[in-house]
Amino acid sequence: MLDVAKTAPLIDIAKVCRSFPKGSGDDLLVLENVDLTIRSGEIVGLLGRSGSGKSTLLRIIAGLISPSSGSVTCRGETIKGPPDGVAMVFQSFALFPWLTVLQNVELGLEALGVDPAERRKRALAAIDLIGLDGFESAYPKELSGGMRQRVGFARALVVHPDLLLMDEPFSALDVLTAETLRTDIIDLWIEGRLPIKSVLIVTHNIEEAVLMCDRILVFASNPGRVASEIKVDLKHPRNRLDPQFRQLVDSIYARMTQRAEPRAPSVEGIPGTGVGMVLNHVSSNLISGLIETLAGDPYHGHADLPVLAERLQLEADELFHLAEALQLLRFASLSEGDLTLTDAGKRFANLETDARKKLFAEHLVAYVPLVGLIRRVLDERPSHSAPAARFRNELEDYMSEDYADETLHTIVSWGRYAELFAYDEQTEAFSLENPH
Amino acid sequence: MMLPRFSPPALGRLPRPNIWDAVALILIVGAMVAIAYGARQTEAPLTSLDIAPVSLDPWHLPLYALRTTLRMLAAIVCSLIFTFGYSALAAKSRRAEMVMIPMLDILQSVPILGFLTFTVVFFMNLFPGRVLGAELACVFAIFTSQAWNMTFSMYQSLRNVPKDLEEASQSFHLSGWQRFWRLDVPFAVPGLVWNTMMSMSGGWFFVVASEAITVGDTTVTLPGVGSYVALAIKQQNLPAVGYAVLAMLAVIILYDQFLFRPIVAWADKFRFEQTASGTAPESWMLDLFRRTRALRALSVPFVAVKNVVASIPWQWPWPGQRAAADAPPSRALDVVWYLVIAAGTAWAGSLIYRYLAASLTLHDVASAVGVGFVTLARVIVLIALASLIWVPIGVWIGLRPRLAERVQPLVQFLAAFPANIAFPAFVVAIVHFALNADVWLSPLMILGTQWYILFNVIAGASAFPNDLKEAASSFQLSGWRWWLKVILPGIFPYYVTGAITASGGSWNASIVAEVASWGSEQLTATGLGAYIAAATTAGDFPRVVLGITVMCIFVTLFNRLLWRPLYAFGERRLRLG
Repeated sequence: MLDVAKTAPLIDIAKVCRSFPKGSGDDLLVLENVDLTIRSGEIVGLLGRSGSGKSTLLRIIAGLISPSSGSVTCRGETIKGPPDGVAMVFQSFALFPWLTVLQNVELGLEALGVDPAERRKRALAAIDLIGLDGFESAYPKELSGGMRQRVGFARALVVHPDLLLMDEPFSALDVLTAETLRTDIIDLWIEGRLPIKSVLIVTHNIEEAVLMCDRILVFASNPGRVASEIKVDLKHPRNRLDPQFRQLVDSIYARMTQRAEPRAPSVEGIPGTGVGMVLNHVSSNLISGLIETLAGDPYHGHADLPVLAERLQLEADELFHLAEALQLLRFASLSEGDLTLTDAGKRFANLETDARKKLFAEHLVAYVPLVGLIRRVLDERPSHSAPAARFRNELEDYMSEDYADETLHTIVSWGRYAELFAYDEQTEAFSLENPH
Repeated sequence: MMLPRFSPPALGRLPRPNIWDAVALILIVGAMVAIAYGARQTEAPLTSLDIAPVSLDPWHLPLYALRTTLRMLAAIVCSLIFTFGYSALAAKSRRAEMVMIPMLDILQSVPILGFLTFTVVFFMNLFPGRVLGAELACVFAIFTSQAWNMTFSMYQSLRNVPKDLEEASQSFHLSGWQRFWRLDVPFAVPGLVWNTMMSMSGGWFFVVASEAITVGDTTVTLPGVGSYVALAIKQQNLPAVGYAVLAMLAVIILYDQFLFRPIVAWADKFRFEQTASGTAPESWMLDLFRRTRALRALSVPFVAVKNVVASIPWQWPWPGQRAAADAPPSRALDVVWYLVIAAGTAWAGSLIYRYLAASLTLHDVASAVGVGFVTLARVIVLIALASLIWVPIGVWIGLRPRLAERVQPLVQFLAAFPANIAFPAFVVAIVHFALNADVWLSPLMILGTQWYILFNVIAGASAFPNDLKEAASSFQLSGWRWWLKVILPGIFPYYVTGAITASGGSWNASIVAEVASWGSEQLTATGLGAYIAAATTAGDFPRVVLGITVMCIFVTLFNRLLWRPLYAFGERRLRLG
């Protein structure tokens, strides 16, 4: 691939921003000044946490949404609507349940106006290539997840796109199936049997990115932007146990846990700690479980995140949320991809249920501003109750409706565990009348 | 066969009545007034039609049944065409949606037999002295009983097309037209088929009611099962009523086996689920069709045409994609649009006012509302009674899967059977025992609609999870506690679905149920239904408009203030799985 640098870029993106309307009426910036060039012959990965805007970027390239500002070109032409020569594989497969495997694969060709005989020939070839022989007349619901995603691949490949977009294509599959399919795809790519020139894959799985990509763009959240670009020079087929591979994975973990401070403004003026902080839902059971695991053998209060991910069978993203919840509550600290229990965390591990709840409550009030706010409001009001809408509105000044919902959901579940306040789902109101 | 449970389409929306409902109500009543007004203005001679007289000879019944069925088919075709056009427009255009959806909601609660009053005159003026006008009026009445819920179902499907499939079809360059046939329509099919079936069930009632109708001096008698029954009533011929019942039974069974069973079995492949589950509905007719080469060859041209039509790369004249966050809607155009709506509403409002004020006083309004409350009380009492009877029976049947499997088609059948054919039997009894018409005519209202309660309760009880049943018996829950804590909450969402259908149907039925006759014997119960029926017979259009409007408001408020909150509660708190 010596001539890569000389060829015109397939996709060229410069200074792309994208914002969505927020609940409060203002705009929420989800992508900020993103630059990206994709050339022929490479696999590029967009790696980031959920909500870092990487899927938005993918959809901008796919022509499904338009950027708020900046330029997006495909082979030198501005993208308005889905460009020719770009096909997409979806996380949810997005197969039409009323069409057979063959009809699903033919669909893209049909829209291009390819004549029926040619259509059939190409569809069968794609089905053959991707290992779906014999399933042509099956309906998607008769297939397993892995086979369904193979249909998704065949449908995208049959149009012979220059660029194949993959939106977390393996994340809806179980570990074993995902690995098999991933390997098959990489093998076909190395052998040059895929009728495509380049691949752009969105993922939150660090190992997957290192396994597949020639180049990885690591995204940071709030607003989404490219934090760093990593070249992967390892030879295919790559071995997960190769020390170089491990080292790369570790360094990306470290990079992703180095919290580039979110720049969303907050009431108190301290970034990332105000009421407007997005809280991902992590159950209190998981929090207790992780603290216990960390405190026990063989970690003794200190563990490497990739090791934990492996041991607990958690996706990197879930583990990040969990680790950050611990960090937020000051039960652990997170740095360089390592998680270390604090003294409070160690104490928590050794307490009985009721004492744990008490400690959890103390930390909740002290370190989660929204909890403090809810307590204050409930204490001040004579009725000792307040509608959730009051807090949701405030949250929506800082985040989208979805995040506001998730944050409230988290607060309700933590607050219930800590017995700080009660929440009535039907009236959507917080109150102090906890049945003690 | 167990049918999938679809919620009544009107229930997903905002519970409280709002300004748009008022706008829609005014526009619809305004349209009715305009038609009534136009009918009066033309002053065409409403001559009695020269139609072959109906004969009570049972040998004529197959032919009558055929004509009734054809009217039904014509109406369903119209309903489907309307459904596709109306729902596509409402789903693709935000501005159209603002007005069209509340209108649909109001139209759903307009008493269909009230419509008939204007449309008979309107269509007969369109084709003076010809049978065609009367036929069209009848077909139109059936159409109005079928179209709204089908349209609602289709609209909701169009609005809830899965995002990923939408993106996939866009990403693979499907044009707006291709997308509509490849994605939107297939996705809407299961809901549409179910609602069409429900519509058909209801339709038999109206086809029977609208074949023989008198508006003022005009009496329309179209050859069919309905007019056969009407004549039997006039001649006090009870055996003839029996023949009509038998003919209707045969028609519905044939219809079900030859048309609907195959369609339901075929539509199963469009169910949007990612895993194969449960038993697929079966139809011997469809199996036969699929196995027989000769029969299948018949469908080849249709499939070919469908494929060609569906692949035409037309873009829509308007942007196919709803302008989500991408392009903020033009404020100026919005303002213009609002002004147009406001002007239209004001004009319709003044039309209604001028028309009604010319011949009605506030006293008339008060009396219409008064009798409205009487009918409301009837509906409430009847639904309560029917629930008391059918909920325990439904639970008992539903918990016995083998029994439920056999009973369910029968109940479905009873729901489809036009109860008005059986009315004379009751009327004879009332006349014979000299019973109080105010009380004893009431059950007729729920005669045909009570089955929806039974049907849904059976479905709910059969769907009740086995582990919960086992848990309840292992904790030795029984008696009242078992009913209150276990099964009633478990079937609640299903019950509400059935009760809504039953109550809507009862309002409609009141127009034919509160007034009954047997030969020269006339029975009348006080109520809004009787009010509308009397005004219709007298050709008193202003009072018909008033009666319909009042009933419309009653039904809408009853739905919004009682059923929808109950339904929302059931969906939120008591939904299993």
